Amino acid sequence: MKDNRIHTSKYSILTFLPINLFEQFQRVANAYFLFLLILQLIPEISSLTWFTTIVPLVLVVTMTAVKDATDDYFRHKSDNQVNNRQSEVLIDSKLQNEKWMNVKVGDIIKLENNQFVAADLLLLSSSEPHGLCYIETAELDGETNLKVRHALSVTSELGADISRLAKFDGIVVCEAPNNKLDKFTGVLSWNGSKHSLNNEKIILRGCVLRNTSWCFGMVIFAGPDTKLMQNSGKTKFKRTSIDRLMNTLVLWIFGFLICLGTILAIGNSIWENQVGDQFRTFLFSNEREKNSVFSGFLTFWSYIIILNTVVPISLYVSVEVIRLGHSYFINWDRKMYYSRKATPAEARTTTLNEELGQIEYVFSDKTGTLTQNIMTFKKCSINGRIYGEVCDDWGQKTDMTKKKETMGFSVSPQADRTFQFFDHHLMESIELGDPKVHEFLRLLALCHTVMSEENSAGELIYQVQSPDEGALVTAAKNLGFIFKSRTPETITIEELGTLVTYQLLAFLDFNNFRKRMSVIVRNPEGQIKLYSKGADTILFERLHPSNEDLLTLTSDHLSEFAGEGLRTLAIAYRDLDDKYFREWHKMLEDANTTTDERDERIAGLYEEIERDLMLLGATAVEDKLQDGVIETVTSLSLANIKIWVLTGDKQETAINIGYACNMLTDDMNDVFIIAGNTATEVREELRKAKENLFGRNRSFSNGHVVFEKKQSLELDSVVEETVTGDYALIINGHSLAYALESDVKNDLLELACMCKTVVCCRVTPLQKAQVVELVKKYRNAVTLAIGDGANDVSMIKSAHIGVGISGQEGLQAVLASDYSFAQFRYLQRLLLVHGRWSYVRMCKFLCYFFYKNFAFTLVHFWFGFFCGFSAQTVYDQWFITLFNIVYTSLPVLAMGIFDQIALDTSYWTVINHVFIWGSIATYFSILFTMHSNDIFGIFPNQFPFVGNARHSLTQKCIWLVILLTTVASVMPVVAFRFLKVDLFPTLSDQIRQWQKAQKKARPLRTRKPQTRRSSSRRSGYAFAHQEGYGELITSGKNMRAKNPPPMSGLEKTLYNSTSWIENLCKKTTDTVSSFSQDKTVKL
Amino acid sequence: MAMNYNAKDEVDGGPPCPPGGTAKTRRPDNTAFKQQRLPAWQPILTAGTVLPTFFIIGLIFIPIGIGIFVTSNNIREIEIDYTGTDPSSPCYKCLSPNVTPCICTINFTLDQSFEGNVFMYYGLSNFYQNHRRYVKSRDDGQLNGDPSALLNPSKECEPYRRNEDKPIAPCGAIANSMFNDTLELFQVGNASDLMPITLKKKGIAWWTDKNVKFRNPPGTDPLEERFKGTTKPVNWVKPVYMLDSDEDNNGFINEDFIVWMRTAALPTFRKLYRLIERKNDLHPTLPAGRYYLNITYIILNTLHVLFISSIVNHLHTVDKNTGTWSL
Repeated sequence: MKDNRIHTSKYSILTFLPINLFEQFQRVANAYFLFLLILQLIPEISSLTWFTTIVPLVLVVTMTAVKDATDDYFRHKSDNQVNNRQSEVLIDSKLQNEKWMNVKVGDIIKLENNQFVAADLLLLSSSEPHGLCYIETAELDGETNLKVRHALSVTSELGADISRLAKFDGIVVCEAPNNKLDKFTGVLSWNGSKHSLNNEKIILRGCVLRNTSWCFGMVIFAGPDTKLMQNSGKTKFKRTSIDRLMNTLVLWIFGFLICLGTILAIGNSIWENQVGDQFRTFLFSNEREKNSVFSGFLTFWSYIIILNTVVPISLYVSVEVIRLGHSYFINWDRKMYYSRKATPAEARTTTLNEELGQIEYVFSDKTGTLTQNIMTFKKCSINGRIYGEVCDDWGQKTDMTKKKETMGFSVSPQADRTFQFFDHHLMESIELGDPKVHEFLRLLALCHTVMSEENSAGELIYQVQSPDEGALVTAAKNLGFIFKSRTPETITIEELGTLVTYQLLAFLDFNNFRKRMSVIVRNPEGQIKLYSKGADTILFERLHPSNEDLLTLTSDHLSEFAGEGLRTLAIAYRDLDDKYFREWHKMLEDANTTTDERDERIAGLYEEIERDLMLLGATAVEDKLQDGVIETVTSLSLANIKIWVLTGDKQETAINIGYACNMLTDDMNDVFIIAGNTATEVREELRKAKENLFGRNRSFSNGHVVFEKKQSLELDSVVEETVTGDYALIINGHSLAYALESDVKNDLLELACMCKTVVCCRVTPLQKAQVVELVKKYRNAVTLAIGDGANDVSMIKSAHIGVGISGQEGLQAVLASDYSFAQFRYLQRLLLVHGRWSYVRMCKFLCYFFYKNFAFTLVHFWFGFFCGFSAQTVYDQWFITLFNIVYTSLPVLAMGIFDQIALDTSYWTVINHVFIWGSIATYFSILFTMHSNDIFGIFPNQFPFVGNARHSLTQKCIWLVILLTTVASVMPVVAFRFLKVDLFPTLSDQIRQWQKAQKKARPLRTRKPQTRRSSSRRSGYAFAHQEGYGELITSGKNMRAKNPPPMSGLEKTLYNSTSWIENLCKKTTDTVSSFSQDKTVKL
Repeated sequence: MAMNYNAKDEVDGGPPCPPGGTAKTRRPDNTAFKQQRLPAWQPILTAGTVLPTFFIIGLIFIPIGIGIFVTSNNIREIEIDYTGTDPSSPCYKCLSPNVTPCICTINFTLDQSFEGNVFMYYGLSNFYQNHRRYVKSRDDGQLNGDPSALLNPSKECEPYRRNEDKPIAPCGAIANSMFNDTLELFQVGNASDLMPITLKKKGIAWWTDKNVKFRNPPGTDPLEERFKGTTKPVNWVKPVYMLDSDEDNNGFINEDFIVWMRTAALPTFRKLYRLIERKNDLHPTLPAGRYYLNITYIILNTLHVLFISSIVNHLHTVDKNTGTWSL
């Protein structure tokens, strides 16, 4: 039996040393130094003593090991934390608290409201009627809509009966563990009968139970088999491009080293042959047998040892230290600290900083990353008048802010304090009793699928299935039309203080074809009314002709709302004739009882009654963006960083957010939507889009046909460069699955990379990762993925850099990430400041480092020509040992860590001074110590330098030479640079000029948070709604048992009460499949 | 401090937290160091800074150049090649292996008198004192008078570590190949008489070498006793304790030996051989005139003869009236 323990750690105490050492010596550099060490132990070759290599090597290996150990320790800790979470497990007919890790497949677990699910469960029963339970899957797919799961009716009867549950002995035969979040097939055999299982009966690990006081479930998959873990992908060791560059460089330098060695070895052979023959008598009294070729061979290795300082081991240590320093700066940055959640930014991986400066693609999650997942009722247009907008003193329209005096919602005692909709005009209209306004608000209070509940304090709690509806109902509530309660056939609202109960006659549910929902109610006066809300494009077609003027006005308003990135809905009603309704209702009943073409007939009837509507107005709900998202997106795209949005959310929502944060604009030449449902369709759509793109493009470059033909071989790259204009690509998860197949993959990539913005919606976590992989693999670009939920984990892991949004409930994204911070806007600072600095610093550091080591080491090459190629060093071995790790490491490090770029000029702080002068002082103190009488007295053979420093440094000519060399080396460079800046200013010099000029002009631009787009007729319609809730409501299945739904005759005939769940399931799958045909939005 | 990045809209993350809790402690410190706002110097190369710098450096270098030029002009130096490769050279005879020891005389003329202290250097060409195997072939412990190292020299000295089962003192290739010529200088007087010039052999080595680094084996016995149990280097004619009659310049602390042991960095080098001190202010140290140089060309080993022939020996006499040049 598998238990539920998860492992993300790499080592245990016993395996740490061997595995870690093995891993470390797999690194080329470490292995190389080990090899050098062995060489140095051979006396014939050894040109340097062994400690010159072993000291730094041990240092490096130890440091890395300590770092790895700490990292792994923290992984163990977080594993333990998760593994030790408590859950209630049914053991020996009793509920007992058990750690998560001890939960086994087959265990029965009791979950309570708002608890995380410990493993993949088969739902058995719940506190809600019919074994229903609500879950939030944000951690898995980023969707915050509540989802319904329901137990098999046979198991839901078990209820909370512990004894019966304990005896539960059903056998589940199901698919092997996999990473598909929305599919499950299995069969439960229990009590001699078989019940088929699907995804609706399964609660996955990582979900949170909501609005359900308890439920029981049986563990099907545990630990690594859970879909969450299966989706999390493999942790890969991430390397930066500098790492790769460094490895290549090091390889080249090895090659260079071997060349030098060979030259010197040949030199040695020749020397031995011609000069050494005579000199050799001084070395070996009688050794005539030495032959020059063999001597050359040995010399080669000796020189390899001496010249190894061109690739000093301290390079790797220094690079690590610099990165660590940069990471600390990220952690310390107050500008990336989010005080509301007390969350500082954190560099969780310290080895990737400079890669931040090279990001070309950013893959962003939507919910929780770009948006706050808070819907606020922003504006509305009622009867041709906009509310929710005021003019400030300068006549500019601004959104309401807190500085405006909060309105006393005298009419509504239940008003939320947080409600931020202030418009005196609307309040006046309500108080004056404007019938249209009242009707508008009444509609908002009536036409929805929200469930209400009063908590112990008497406050109304709305259970919302879609946050948009929540916002609308709450808005109505705050404006005096309070939705109080509902039964399957009544809705009770409080209208400006008076309770009114409406009879719910019919519920015309939402679906993706209809894009609207309606209710038909009878008010206490006996009037029958149809209230409808939906996408403007749909509703406007169904209006009564008398609405024409209002329609023009409202659609102007809608465009305005949409232009601001608000999610809009049109609102309309219809007075129904009693007789007409009765007839219609009878037809609906008939339709419901028929078996063939039932859905079509019902849909036809809905169409029939939802016409001649009277327009009331429109609502605009803001899917609140995180602070600063627009600015960040703008500046990132100015930096030529492409942002792709990958979201599990719906297409409309995703597009809407795209517009809201300026990724999609109306100025774009074209927005391609790929939503095909089959491979052929997708291929066709891709082809069309490409044709469209290239077609237009060709028309631009007609004059260059000949030129183009010539270069037809490089057409791809040429075209890519020449695509003008902005394009956007929106692709659906289903289509993406086909598009990611190998033969269309390249088409997709080519198309996507030419688009300024790419939005992928309805994608699974794995698809997110696949998209990232695709770009990574075929574009050779540096990618960054940012997200907040467990559904982003695989994408975070597969991108070069993963960023997690911290300060949220779930930790998975953060745990998998390389960097974490609380707000999307910090990405700007992370990439454009820290990333850029790190990159520039690292480059400078590498140049400086290689320069100093080449300067240091090549001396030995030239000296070879004077010492008979005998591998004699110029410096003593202590100097060689200490040169890199003590004498010269700090100034270079200081530059690598603290340098800031302001266009080509360096940045000298007190730290640089301390390190440079400190290093010089260290050099002299060590020098004088090593050359002192005392140390010679103790170790005459190791320190035979006594008196050297004293005698040489008292020579005036030494100082003169130092002075002359310094001046002679520095001055030409200074002169050259000065002349270059003066005579041939570079781009950055010009930018510096430009910056000066801009400083004056800047204040004008800064206070314009949202540039108003030219509002084309784009519908901002987006609505997070799922079909099927209408049936739940009208059937009363989701109502609490305490107020049992009185079953009316109407109800019974309308809905076959046993089949509602099947209907729900079917509709849900319909939603999914219908989605792909839902192309009308933009194309 | 010009910064590329403008942090206009990034205030420190919203309003401060309510007091208490961990909020306060998690906010990064607002120090110049942690926020990377340390005051910095950013050199920008403009005409205003570069040209004056060049000018000032030029000004500084004028006196330095004058100083160097004057010093260099005041140096008198002559160079005498006594290798004897040329058959007309008096030392040609010494190249033949069977003349041991060989004495040859070279005469030369000084056109100008040498006023200050005079330094005599010997120079060798193509002698690879910087060869790795040569450089390491010594035992500093032994040279420092360590009794154990005296009788058991370091392995680095191989193959000049032991000879005939006795440890060699001083061991190693450097000591073995020590420069061993004797040079004497005579002034030719008015009556063609030869007046010997006093050559000072002490004071040519570093003080630290003579007093710290090189020491004879401890004891009060005569030097010969203290070196008992050791044998002379293979190429030497006499053992180390017989290098000089002066007790203070004998054994390991013989200054000729010390000078030789400080190996040269390049294959063509010169080493200080003798000093000629100025006697008084009235007479120049070496007046203009004719001189005889008497060379005892000591052939150490028949095998070496061939090799020594390729060595070019010079006599350098440097007038040191400014005191700038000394080894």
